[in-house]
Amino acid sequence: MMHQDSKTLLAVRGLRATVNGIEILKGIDLTVKTGEVHAIMGPNGSGKSTFAKTLAGHPAYEVTGGEVMFEGKNLFELAPEARARAGVFLGFQYPVEIPGVANSQFLRLAYNTVQAQRGKEELDPLEFDDFVREKMKLLEMNPDFLDRSVNEGFSGGEKKRNEILQMALLEPRLAILDETDSGLDIDALRVVAGGVNQLITRDNAIVLVTHYQRLLNYIVPDYVHVMDGGRIVKTGGKELAVELETRGYDWVSVEHKSAARATTA
Amino acid sequence: MSTALQHLVNQPYKHGFVTDIESDVAPKGLNEDTIRLISAKKNEPEWLLEFRLKAYRQWLKMAEPKWPNVKYPKIDFQAISYYSAPKPKKKLASMDEVDPELLRTFEKLGVPMNERAALAGVAVDVIFDSVSVATTYKQKLAEVGIIFCSISEAVHEHAEFVKQYLGTVVPVGDNYYAALNSAVFTDGSFCFIPKGVKCPMDLSTYFRINTEASGQFERTLIVAEEGSSVSYLEGCTAPKFDTNQLHAAVVELIALDNADIKYSTVQNWYAGDENGVGGIYNFVTKRGLCKGVNSRISWTQVETGSAITWKYPSCILRGDNSVGEFYSVALTNNYQQADTGTKMVHLGKNTRSTIVSKGISAGHSNNSYRGLVRIAPTAEGARNYSQCDSMLIGDQCGANTFPYIRVNNHSAKVEHEASTSKIGEDQLFYFAQRGIGAEEAVSMIINGFCKDVFQQLPMEFAVEATKLLGLKLEGSVG
Repeated sequence: MMHQDSKTLLAVRGLRATVNGIEILKGIDLTVKTGEVHAIMGPNGSGKSTFAKTLAGHPAYEVTGGEVMFEGKNLFELAPEARARAGVFLGFQYPVEIPGVANSQFLRLAYNTVQAQRGKEELDPLEFDDFVREKMKLLEMNPDFLDRSVNEGFSGGEKKRNEILQMALLEPRLAILDETDSGLDIDALRVVAGGVNQLITRDNAIVLVTHYQRLLNYIVPDYVHVMDGGRIVKTGGKELAVELETRGYDWVSVEHKSAARATTA
Repeated sequence: MSTALQHLVNQPYKHGFVTDIESDVAPKGLNEDTIRLISAKKNEPEWLLEFRLKAYRQWLKMAEPKWPNVKYPKIDFQAISYYSAPKPKKKLASMDEVDPELLRTFEKLGVPMNERAALAGVAVDVIFDSVSVATTYKQKLAEVGIIFCSISEAVHEHAEFVKQYLGTVVPVGDNYYAALNSAVFTDGSFCFIPKGVKCPMDLSTYFRINTEASGQFERTLIVAEEGSSVSYLEGCTAPKFDTNQLHAAVVELIALDNADIKYSTVQNWYAGDENGVGGIYNFVTKRGLCKGVNSRISWTQVETGSAITWKYPSCILRGDNSVGEFYSVALTNNYQQADTGTKMVHLGKNTRSTIVSKGISAGHSNNSYRGLVRIAPTAEGARNYSQCDSMLIGDQCGANTFPYIRVNNHSAKVEHEASTSKIGEDQLFYFAQRGIGAEEAVSMIINGFCKDVFQQLPMEFAVEATKLLGLKLEGSVG
């Protein structure tokens, strides 16, 4: 997937962030280039989801240090909606329910907003209906999703499909998928992962945040990063995920701590 | 998040101007002489003066209701002027004769008059400080036998109807504010739809309070004879004053056999400033009587203004198979308080009622739904469905639901559903992450929330209502 003319999409340098005054991210460095798939793994509470939401601009997370450049621009100068329009997509771990708002209406507004930003054609309700139904086939979704309220009463799997449907519609440059595999049975996982795979191009990149290796059987990463205590403590290839699956996370942090002691000594 | 939301729900009040028109104002205070003065000014017949005095004497024996979930300092009824009329007061045959200053006021208010009225197909009866200054479309309506005029005029020209129906749905001693209104009402609208006539256009009244420290006590009476139907729209605004103004209206609707009355209100009285200073006290009694079989009365209200709203548009379902409906959106912000809902009283057989109430609270406001569903022993096979939803914006506001259900007939079926939701940071972030800004997000959420009620409004009103909530309608048709 990596190719010669790939460009740096995302450059994270020394990123620190707090939530409710408690520091969760303690200096993260990460570079993501076009055409790459990165997996960020790590134990619960290591800061994976915080990292994802901080990049997207969730108001509960305060950036206290470091910088993030997205396509050469300072990401933190953009409001959350501007980041989305610029092509940063977050697939939510727990998508919220929005009662009373039809999914079709919501999807079309999101689509047209991003299209307008790109100077591309917006679609009226009828055109959009045809367009979105095509995209839904990719995820084997029932068309009655369109008439239901956004995520309301959706099963865990339906919510995740709806997230990937939005990714398919918005065609982001950088898609950060936060625990997209959680709550999915094996068939749903296959469908969702299949959908994601079809969306990978030479011009975009994907960051998968996941606790388990099983998603990576379907979406094969170029890099695997392990987070622990608010930092990326180890980076490897796809074989690292397999090793983590058999050995757990403990050895990584032990190894990291002794390495850290060695440098300070 | 709250900054974006605050901004949205804190749109400046656009109708807060005072029109500089000389008014004929009665001295402050209330006693039998005041009532005689009002009656004399209006050249009323003796029976109406008696009606007023009877109401006043009952009012003296009554106490202000304490049960609503609202707080306000005691009202000094002697500090209010009970009559205010624009000068000079003469009969107006066409719009050209109306004071241009007044017309500019209506223009600022966006009242659809003149050509706009024609295009919109709306006949407007304008109430300005309780005196009706112009009624458009009277002639056109007269051709099909519809009477649409100010109630003062009706007292003179159509006395038999007024005498027959006034006070039959809301008796003079019904409640404290209804009694006060019956004693001192200065004007209002009268509408009579004769047998078998479908009113060819929506009828509309715009109310506006202009004079400081004046009360507005309008009285509306709508009678729909057998097999007739009418849709009536009421819009309300008031200028900004630091003092509170009292608005105590009474609306009576009467539907005979197979008649249909639809009454829609968009209420945007001045709500006071962001610290809760000033604003209208809106204490209103609205009640419809489904007198005949198969009759239907439908109330739709969008309540966005007033410092305090105390209002329960109700239906007495006396005729067999009659239908009562109540669709309501009540939005409160800052320090506004609303205690609003409905009463559905089922007397006839197979009577049906529907209640859909949507309360939206923001700022430090308090929003209560209060509703009564009563099924009398005679109401064989009666049915009611109630749905009361509350939405909270921010964490300083309150929402309450007080449903009262009294069923005295075993064959009745009564359903009640209620929910409370909140526009949260996470919802707004979800929209933002899809490129949608807070303003559009809130608009979409609120419109979704109010959809069931807005669908009941006539087209133009639905548009006004959405705008009033500080929102934009997403997309066009479809």
